[in-house]
Amino acid sequence: MLTILLDGIAYGMLLFILAVGLCVTLGLMNFINLAHGTFAMAGGYLTITLMQKAGVPFLWCLPAAFIFAAVLGLVLERTLYRHLYDKTHLDQVLFSIGLVFISIAMVDYAYGANQQIVNLPDYLTGRFSFLGASIGVYRVFVIAICGLLVVSLQLVLTMTRFGSRLRAAVDDGRVARGMGIDVTRIFAVTFAVGSGLAGLGGALGTGIISFDPTFPLKYMIYFLIVISVGGTTTITGPFLAAILLGVADVAGKYYVPAVGGFIIYTIMVVVLIVRPQGLFARAAAK
Amino acid sequence: MSAITPSTEAIRARAVLLGRSRWGVAEIIFWVLAFACYWLFPTKLSLLSEIAILGLVALSVDLVLGYAGIVTLGQGAFFGIGAYAAGLAAKHGMGTSLWSDPVIGLFIGGGVAAVIGFATSFLVLRGSDMTRLMVTLGVALIVDEVVNQMKWLTGGSDGLQGVLPSAVLGIWEFDLFGRVAFVYSMVVLFVLFVIARALVKSPFGLSLQAIKGNMLRTRAIGMPVNARLVAVYTVAAFYAGVAGALAAQTTQFASPDYVAFHRSADAMLMLVFGGAGHLYGGLLGSIIFRTMQDVLGNITPQYWQFWLGVTLVALVLFVRGGILGLLGNMLAAWRRKGGAS
Amino acid sequence: MFRRQILKSIGVAGLALATGISAASAQEVVKVGLILPMTGPSASTGRQIEAGARLWMAQNGTIVAGKKIELIIKDDTGAADQSKRLATELVVNDKVAFLAGFGLTPLALAVGPVASQAKVPAVIMAAGTSTIVASSPYFVRTSFTLPQNTAPMAQWSAANNIKTVVTLVSDYGPGLDSEKAFKAEFEAKGGKVLDTLRAPLMNPEFAAFLQKAKDLKPDALFLFVPSGQGASLMKQVGERELAKAGIKIIGTGDVTDDDQLNGMGDALIGMITSHNYSAAHDSPENKAYVAAFLKANNNMRPNFMSVGGFDGMAAIYKALEKTKGDTDGTKLVEAMKGLAWVSPRGPMSIDATTRDITQNVYVREVKKVDGQLYNVEFATIANVKGSN
Repeated sequence: MLTILLDGIAYGMLLFILAVGLCVTLGLMNFINLAHGTFAMAGGYLTITLMQKAGVPFLWCLPAAFIFAAVLGLVLERTLYRHLYDKTHLDQVLFSIGLVFISIAMVDYAYGANQQIVNLPDYLTGRFSFLGASIGVYRVFVIAICGLLVVSLQLVLTMTRFGSRLRAAVDDGRVARGMGIDVTRIFAVTFAVGSGLAGLGGALGTGIISFDPTFPLKYMIYFLIVISVGGTTTITGPFLAAILLGVADVAGKYYVPAVGGFIIYTIMVVVLIVRPQGLFARAAAK
Repeated sequence: MSAITPSTEAIRARAVLLGRSRWGVAEIIFWVLAFACYWLFPTKLSLLSEIAILGLVALSVDLVLGYAGIVTLGQGAFFGIGAYAAGLAAKHGMGTSLWSDPVIGLFIGGGVAAVIGFATSFLVLRGSDMTRLMVTLGVALIVDEVVNQMKWLTGGSDGLQGVLPSAVLGIWEFDLFGRVAFVYSMVVLFVLFVIARALVKSPFGLSLQAIKGNMLRTRAIGMPVNARLVAVYTVAAFYAGVAGALAAQTTQFASPDYVAFHRSADAMLMLVFGGAGHLYGGLLGSIIFRTMQDVLGNITPQYWQFWLGVTLVALVLFVRGGILGLLGNMLAAWRRKGGAS
Repeated sequence: MFRRQILKSIGVAGLALATGISAASAQEVVKVGLILPMTGPSASTGRQIEAGARLWMAQNGTIVAGKKIELIIKDDTGAADQSKRLATELVVNDKVAFLAGFGLTPLALAVGPVASQAKVPAVIMAAGTSTIVASSPYFVRTSFTLPQNTAPMAQWSAANNIKTVVTLVSDYGPGLDSEKAFKAEFEAKGGKVLDTLRAPLMNPEFAAFLQKAKDLKPDALFLFVPSGQGASLMKQVGERELAKAGIKIIGTGDVTDDDQLNGMGDALIGMITSHNYSAAHDSPENKAYVAAFLKANNNMRPNFMSVGGFDGMAAIYKALEKTKGDTDGTKLVEAMKGLAWVSPRGPMSIDATTRDITQNVYVREVKKVDGQLYNVEFATIANVKGSN
């Protein structure tokens, strides 16, 4: 069924955009940031506020959400996160969970515990027929934007000077520093971009899922699954993993609803046992 | 055949090991205070037994994480399995037969959890921190789904009702004040703690720390690394299972919430909060974490999470090694001051 | 302190103690322990009920039969063991005369044994599985039950040319209750349920289920999700254009929750639901209620959970008046049996034998009134029993 396939791909793409920033912080900076969902929530709630209160068109909300979450990420990185790069993973977990608790309470205070939703503009709603399958316009929109992002991310990482500096900084921070690369700045920018992408994902997500203050906790598991199945050494790994999981989840619930809930988790466990570095990681990954 | 005479090094090593396993004054004070809570906080006994149970889970996480270095987010699964196993036993024992005896229930809960722990231990033998974290989490999520799906056995999302354990040792009935529950939980915690303490100070425990320090080297000197990891993982699963059984017996029900993700996460948080790798970290962590949650929750039922979060962030930023680290710093500062004057 | 408690417990013979003390000490304050999910996924339920209960107290004063009513609110985060512990502490430490609240079925079930042991009445203000009330003789319900709210929907469907239905419910107690009630009633009236779909309770993505429902081409799709989750479900229902495929969307009022309805968008217009309360209910009691509620809560619209809290406090006040301030738990439960009054939702009563709620259930259609979406009632099924 083409419809199910496309639904799954769109859901997977959305998961990818939400999780890709985490992949960056974890894979490239070796930092476990469980508060990643907070940035996605920031983007989502900004979109909701702008659309409901200020009447800003949906399409303008997307870049706004990106910038807002990126700035938030940058500020937090400069003030808090940077103190934690040399701490243990467990400290990082404790710290970022603390941030999640704070963000949940703050959003709850500001917006209440309700699920918040936005109504998409008319040109993004509705469905059309394609090869006999009925397809939602918004899902195609999500797929297009996410596809674009994947390509550009990959290009930035492999083709630009910034990308090679980043990879150098990750492979060996000390040597990179010695070569005159401003590692601190690169990490700050990378963190901001990762957070911004989560914010953008949050904004895109408002069209499919709804937001409530527990969002960062609710989706944390999904993020972790995506990056652990995909591996953190590449961008394409988590991308393919997210799509695989999205399709498996939707198709599983459609065809075998009784075991639908198991599918994602089982895939993850099996993948990690067969390939502990992730399904699509480079074989020689460190 | 010559009689084996221990070398002087061996004797010294033995003395060091024995010295390590001697009970310190602080430890004794800790346990006396813990039991004295019965008289100190007679109105808070339910919360205290809950803390004892959480402490036991944190202790089990400490065994795998703090000592063997396996990052786990799946201890909640064993907790839940123990809770359901003991709960089902008590429920179908109908409060009369041996099945509903609480102490036997502990072994049922711990035993079933240990079997599953043994079976899944082979999954965590290799891989990075992140991989192990996700594999244990994955197993926990699958267990959660299984519990939800097996409605005929577990009662599904409504939980397992009608868990009526008989009196402890046939003498003490569980009461509404939670007096029996508290003493019972504390005794179980203490016994298991003493065993865990002996375990980690034994050569077995030391070998675990060696594995945590450097798995490759430990393997190279001929240590059966995998067997040791399987053993400690199974023991920890047993501990978590017993904690679950305690929970099911003292609250007299089991719900899917007992296997939910946040149980595992809370257990790990409490341990890291208190300080991993000292056995006491988990206990202190659960005491402070839960007390804060309760106090803050009474002040602001809606926004207590904010202040809890602030505490976590501050603790990580300003202290190394959790609450135990904080205590250590304070002690060191106090000694310096004492030395100067 | 401990010794004194022992003496007391001997004095009043065992477990009847909590209420024994409160009756013996002739206190002037009657405490009501309200256990609600104030954080976590069900937090919105807790907020609505608290607001409803506080509104009743603001309108009716805090002195009843010479006693001062004091509300103690506790957050159980939606975890059953916390509900149980908080209930125990409220009974033992705070000596509450009433327990109340309980946002979800497992939370209520966990508290049942405490209420029975301590002989303290427990007023269910939210949880909707039919079996709860029977599990303890001290339970009284002022919310609703799923079969109560569902059956009228099945009757209406059968009478309005709907022959085939697919049901989609959340996979937990109330959802299954609702599914069962709909299927039984609808098939008894000659309809056919093509498939019964169950989505996991914490499910962010409904696409697969909705697509399946669409592919089965029923005349109508029946929906139930718990309060607070309707928004995301309805967003995806709208996206999938089931209405254009000729599938009518029906459900219980939990889905078109007043708290969120207005934000769900015009796609919902025309949806038919059956429920016990609508903010648009046309009565002077309700008009006053909604106006006061909006004013007191920063324009949050009251939903069916809020009236559960409001009427729960009403039941507590009326029971105390009837016992003339006596806080003996058994007498209070007796006093609540058979109580009847007109609530903002319409006439309601506590069944004298089952202690469950009997109330009118209304069939409603989502319509735009003064630029806002409301559930506008158009048919009434009078005096539906909560459980038998």
